[in-house]
Amino acid sequence: MEINLEKHFQDTVDAEIKIEPKDWMPEKYRQTLLRQISQHAHSEIVGMLPEANWITRAPSLRRKAILLAKVQDEAGHGLYLYSSAETLGISREEMYDQLHTGKAKYSSIFNYPTITWADMGAIGWLVDGAAIMNQVPLCRASYGPYARAMVRICKEESFHQRQGFELLLTLSKGNEAQKRMCQDAINRWWWPSIMMFGPPDDESPNTLQSVKWKIKRFTNDELRQKFVDVSAEQVKLLGMVLPDKNLVWNEARGHYDFGAIDWNEFWNVVKGNGPCNKQRLETRKKAWEDGAWVREAAMAYAEKKKEKNVKAA
Amino acid sequence: MKNQSLIDYTLHLADNALIIGHRNSEWCGHGPILEQDIAISNIALDLIGQARNLYQYAAELKGDHATEDSLAYLRDGWDFKNLLITELPNGDWAQTILRQFFFSTYQYFLYQQLQHSKDERLAAIAAKALKEVTYHLRWSSEWVIRLGDGTDESKQRMEKAVEELYAFTGEMFLPTDYEKELATNGISVGPESLKEKWTDKVRSVFEEATLASPFKENNSAWMQSGGKEGKHTEHLGFVLAEMQFLQRAYPGAEW
Amino acid sequence: MNKEWPLWEVFIRSRQGLDHKHAGSLHAADAAMAIENARDVYTRRMEGVSIWVVESKHIHASNPDDAGALYDPANDKAYRHPTFYDLPDELKHM
Repeated sequence: MEINLEKHFQDTVDAEIKIEPKDWMPEKYRQTLLRQISQHAHSEIVGMLPEANWITRAPSLRRKAILLAKVQDEAGHGLYLYSSAETLGISREEMYDQLHTGKAKYSSIFNYPTITWADMGAIGWLVDGAAIMNQVPLCRASYGPYARAMVRICKEESFHQRQGFELLLTLSKGNEAQKRMCQDAINRWWWPSIMMFGPPDDESPNTLQSVKWKIKRFTNDELRQKFVDVSAEQVKLLGMVLPDKNLVWNEARGHYDFGAIDWNEFWNVVKGNGPCNKQRLETRKKAWEDGAWVREAAMAYAEKKKEKNVKAA
Repeated sequence: MKNQSLIDYTLHLADNALIIGHRNSEWCGHGPILEQDIAISNIALDLIGQARNLYQYAAELKGDHATEDSLAYLRDGWDFKNLLITELPNGDWAQTILRQFFFSTYQYFLYQQLQHSKDERLAAIAAKALKEVTYHLRWSSEWVIRLGDGTDESKQRMEKAVEELYAFTGEMFLPTDYEKELATNGISVGPESLKEKWTDKVRSVFEEATLASPFKENNSAWMQSGGKEGKHTEHLGFVLAEMQFLQRAYPGAEW
Repeated sequence: MNKEWPLWEVFIRSRQGLDHKHAGSLHAADAAMAIENARDVYTRRMEGVSIWVVESKHIHASNPDDAGALYDPANDKAYRHPTFYDLPDELKHM
């Protein structure tokens, strides 16, 4: 019976028919999804922090409104993703608990500091750009609620990358300090951005199964290459350079070659040794703990009111 | 001829919206639950939007190459005309909610009248903003009620917030010279005329929230004032230092 | 006491004249808050003109295992569809 279910499941996925919450699914499929979706959700809400840093310092009212709207969107994206994970039988609180205790991970990129205004541009262009490259194929993920959340997210995300590039473009045409700010931000965000696609394929054991289940559509290296190719062209419009001496167009491959990634740094940041790991997690925990009395009060009031209504009826 | 009173009044309205919007935006990423993080950011966005409309109008009135950004980023504290209550630190969720409720109630009745101003631009800005403010008032009223009538802890926190904030409400209804002058031309709203409606609304929401009325029988409570005329608390300087930093560090740059 | 706010399903009418469509879910302490949260979360880009919310626990769903019994029988009732009928081309407006 189990074997038939597995086969039926794989046939359904192969036929590009979506899996919905109440459908039978292999336990490992559920686990993989849970891990991936919650990790993605955590990344959205932890990712609010490095940018929220600059909302109060945005240099014009227009930029302030854009940045606030963008960070708010990220809260929305976290919410869509938590909701889709909840259809797999886990509560948001459990997921928070996993985040706060360090059991669940989030994208390492957010453990880097945002030290100048140009970082808002570099995050939009590179970090959101890499995220979009990762996310667009996820709109076709085999799990319905996840795919639907991703469709909504990708629709909203496109303004994020554009505002980032526009911000950098403005700096690139500005005074010397602004140009310096622009190049400096690109220098700091480039390598962490291309690490966002995850470890190379031969060290990414889960990728194959995820591709088979159509949770993933492309491998880490495929997406990374695509991102490098696109960014290497875009940076020219800024009159800036990517910080990689080995970045050259390879006619034979039809792609850009690029230098070796420092995976030692990557794994260290994943393990908690990034410049902001502790700070980010503490901030999230504090917000959640400080909010406990608010959530309790709202619940207590709702229950009181319900009782009153029952009595009145 | 420049109408200085109209410029001052428009700046006063703009500064109110900007400073409280800025304060609310500090919550982004730190709210008590994701849904409310989004809600308060929305309110901040509405208020910053209102501020921009008003600054743009003030800049036109002022001329001399003034822009919305030169007005927001290049004036010093003594030029800011916002109510003191808008610049107070966020405190906890109770304090932020109560500040928003006091302010939104005031803004609601103010814009309700200002939408009929003889000055068409102000009238149009008020009419548009009124829809947003109606929602802010609803949202903040509901939260005052929830927290007041929630748990013992939330009630205590609300009571503490009332203690902190009530003394900053009187300023709303004290007319400045620029308001007095414009009121006679039907341009501004005489703020003293809003007091009764404001008091009634606060009283009824507090009643539903089972919170003690803050109003003393003989209206004897001491009230802080000065913000509308540029005399601020210590807090505004820090808000401006943070907000204006880039514009000040790199004069004349485009962002 | 540490009780999570209940989960609500959100349905949005994007334009007057259209059906409400499932948009997603969210947490709220009560129905009024759920509607406001839905407004803030799901209509930030003018996606809606009307909102329904219902607590997720009140939704009863059909079982996917019954899909065969529930939906297949409709398969062979082609006569319910207008294209089933072969009529002369001269016949207009039908």
